[in-house]
Amino acid sequence: MILGLVSLCAPLGDSCLSRGMTMLPAISLAHPATLIAAVFTPWIAMGILLLIGFFASYLTALSWADLTFVLPATGLGNVVVALLSRFWLHEAISLQRWAGIVLITVGVGFVAQGPSLTERPAVEPPVTTDAEQQAIEEQVR
Amino acid sequence: MIIPLPASQPGFWTSTAMIAAIVLTSTTGEVLTAAAMKSIGDLDEIRAHSGLKGAIRAVLTCPLFFAGVAFLALAFFALLLALNHLPVSLVAPASASLTLVTNAIAAKIFLKENVDRRRWASAVLVCVGVYFLAH
Repeated sequence: MILGLVSLCAPLGDSCLSRGMTMLPAISLAHPATLIAAVFTPWIAMGILLLIGFFASYLTALSWADLTFVLPATGLGNVVVALLSRFWLHEAISLQRWAGIVLITVGVGFVAQGPSLTERPAVEPPVTTDAEQQAIEEQVR
Repeated sequence: MIIPLPASQPGFWTSTAMIAAIVLTSTTGEVLTAAAMKSIGDLDEIRAHSGLKGAIRAVLTCPLFFAGVAFLALAFFALLLALNHLPVSLVAPASASLTLVTNAIAAKIFLKENVDRRRWASAVLVCVGVYFLAH
């Protein structure tokens, strides 16, 4: 669920940003104020909100799963973008891109089947049996 | 790997250095952020205890988290710099896919994560897939 949010919010946010930025006239470094005004245009504001959503769900995922578990899942975002552009924008997808989609999907499926967190044995105090305890006490005497 | 570049673009070593800068800073950022989140603990549990505000406070009071975000910001500027000099069709797939592999290595060394054969395989598969998809 969280991982789904991660792989959905990032590409959607990025495409909102890119759509918003290309609609604006070119921004030069000489006028930084125009950059601040750009933040409040609808597409860019939506892109920023989506990216904040992505970062929040990414952090939540990292709090209970390994980095090597979460990162491949973020790669799934690329597949989402490719499929969206295929079925929504009706762009053609080359054979190489289909191969990429298959590889990412297989890779994510691979890692998702394993454990999400490295097992860390709890550090336990050394256990001494009663017999050992008696031996220690006798030595002390 | 030989990357043919037009004469107006920076040479092979400069391009490599630019991409290496992105990969290094973003890997450092990801590892620091992951370490920070592990040190904080399960956010879902914290939220159940002390609400969303408590969970946000737990994240914002962790110095490691800010170190991670600082490196991620550096990675973003390194990406902007590289995009300024190199074609996006080279920078985006190269940095995205290389970062996956360097992260797996860094997670094993620094986070002591159990990167088994399954995870290596999936890191490499996703890495090649991202390169295919974006190139």
